[in-house]
Amino acid sequence: MSENALVEPRSIVLIRNVNKSYRRGSQTIPVLENVSFDIAEGEFLALMGPSGSGKSTLLNLLAGIDSVDSGSIAVGGLDITTLSEMDLARWRAVNVGFIFQFYNLIPVLTAYGNVELPLLLTKLSKKERREHVDLALSMVGLSDRMDHYPNQLSGGQQQRVAIARAVVTDPTILVADEPTGDLDRISAAEILDLMGRLNKDLGKTIIMVTHDARAAAKAHLIKQLDKGVFIDVHS
Amino acid sequence: MYILKLIFKNAFRHKLRTWLTILGITIAILAFGLLRTVISAWYAGVEASSASRLVTRNSISIIFTLPLSYKERIRQIDGVNIVSWGNWFGGIYIDEKNFFANFAVDPKTYFELYPELIISPDQKAAFIRDRKGFVAGRKLAERFGWKLGDSVTLRGTIFAGQWDFVMRGIYKGRDNTVDETTFFFQWDYLNEKMKKISPARADQIGFYMIGVTKPEIAADVAVNIDKTFKNSVAETLTETEKAFQLGWIAMSQAIVTAIQLVSFVVIIIIMAVMANTMAMTARERIGEYSIFKTLGFGGRYIAVLIFGESLIISMIGCAFGIAFTFPAAKSFGNALSNFFPIFNVALETIYMDIAAALLVGTVAGIFPTVRSISIRIADGLRRIG
Repeated sequence: MSENALVEPRSIVLIRNVNKSYRRGSQTIPVLENVSFDIAEGEFLALMGPSGSGKSTLLNLLAGIDSVDSGSIAVGGLDITTLSEMDLARWRAVNVGFIFQFYNLIPVLTAYGNVELPLLLTKLSKKERREHVDLALSMVGLSDRMDHYPNQLSGGQQQRVAIARAVVTDPTILVADEPTGDLDRISAAEILDLMGRLNKDLGKTIIMVTHDARAAAKAHLIKQLDKGVFIDVHS
Repeated sequence: MYILKLIFKNAFRHKLRTWLTILGITIAILAFGLLRTVISAWYAGVEASSASRLVTRNSISIIFTLPLSYKERIRQIDGVNIVSWGNWFGGIYIDEKNFFANFAVDPKTYFELYPELIISPDQKAAFIRDRKGFVAGRKLAERFGWKLGDSVTLRGTIFAGQWDFVMRGIYKGRDNTVDETTFFFQWDYLNEKMKKISPARADQIGFYMIGVTKPEIAADVAVNIDKTFKNSVAETLTETEKAFQLGWIAMSQAIVTAIQLVSFVVIIIIMAVMANTMAMTARERIGEYSIFKTLGFGGRYIAVLIFGESLIISMIGCAFGIAFTFPAAKSFGNALSNFFPIFNVALETIYMDIAAALLVGTVAGIFPTVRSISIRIADGLRRIG
């Protein structure tokens, strides 16, 4: 056993007393109620639960694309609930990699262009961007498809491009919302393997929302949400 | 560069819709350009007028005449350089549909006063020598195939009878703002015939054209001319050539205003069509814009994407519209040369076309941009799938 394994991993995400509700007409629907938990650096966490349990909302909150009603979320020591919209956008560009169920690639851009997209917000030169994109695409095994448009790629390949886009800026955390939800079993397994490697080999902290027990089994830690509260923890 | 490429790719994602919108804008800009050119054509006489020329007419109305004897008295007024005179003849060549302007003028002074009408010295001399001679503009001569020495008969309307003329010259305009469709004949011919058939109408002038020594004194000279004939049998009204021309346009101001309104309505209609296209486009891409925002791109970037796309579509339509305006204006001008002797697409019209297209592109982008920027990312992402 290595020396590092004996060290308690530090928390990279701290969620404290988070409440979130949505308004539908005159009704207020609570989604998350007093949620608190930590995510350790290098963790691979699966958030599970039935539809409407609040898992995607929680993912959106800790990825900084939605705002809490109350409570705090600190990522890498920064309370993101205090940031303005503009600061939050800058923070996301640097700290969060997104993987979506439907890949969400830009259809008019090639695989290369899609992966390059987040790098446009950095100060990297064109040559440096190319190096980063080449590396990210080779990491997901799609170097030979860089000039292909999303509609020329299979679902699994599109999701791999999306993963390359998510990791190309070397973000602090990766958030994945049902990353295998639109894939066949073989492609889903490939994607999960890839995510597992990113976690294991590169030490990426991954928070994944899934309905799929097989996908969740890849994670180190599974948290179950139901009606906005955690009901069980598996590891 | 990257963003420009993305804007172009977005603009032509739905090729049919984009090209139909471009077609709509092309037609609108073409219509706008032609209507503005009609207005310019209306004002062509004003634009071509000289600041050092005055027009003196009867103060009651242009249809009343002035005595020929005023000529010498006007000439004696300080600042007056040349005095010429003429009458609107209103003759018809074969059929009324062959309309063109025809004037009886003093051949010696007229071409001196209007140096923009270029005629060779030989032809001018021939015109002066022949009492029945006439000079026609280049376009008018081409229209009817007249050549030097040809006989032409006009049927008088204001001055009854058949009037025979012999072509002695063809004038050209100094530039394309000069009317080349007018017919000039000797005022003496008209006057001599009037002496025979209607002596009461002899020695009567429709209007005097007066050249002043300097444009700055034109207003003072005009006042002095009118003062000279105050309380006479035929009081005068003297104004600059520009004011005189504007007076004619004022009579048809309602038509000009209507054309101006229609030209703006065309732009408003295409603005609505373009806004609809952009609203549809942005609604379809709300998820994509949310992805951009998720990745950290700010509202400004989204605005550049939407406004850029809107402006590219409108400017392509504008470019086609402008390109088609020139041949269309030429055909239009040829077909309506009787009414619009000068029908040129002015540079100002092109600027207005561009301004209109920029306005259309900008206005069409406002609502989709505001909507795309203001939507919550989580709500936008929910639209995907």
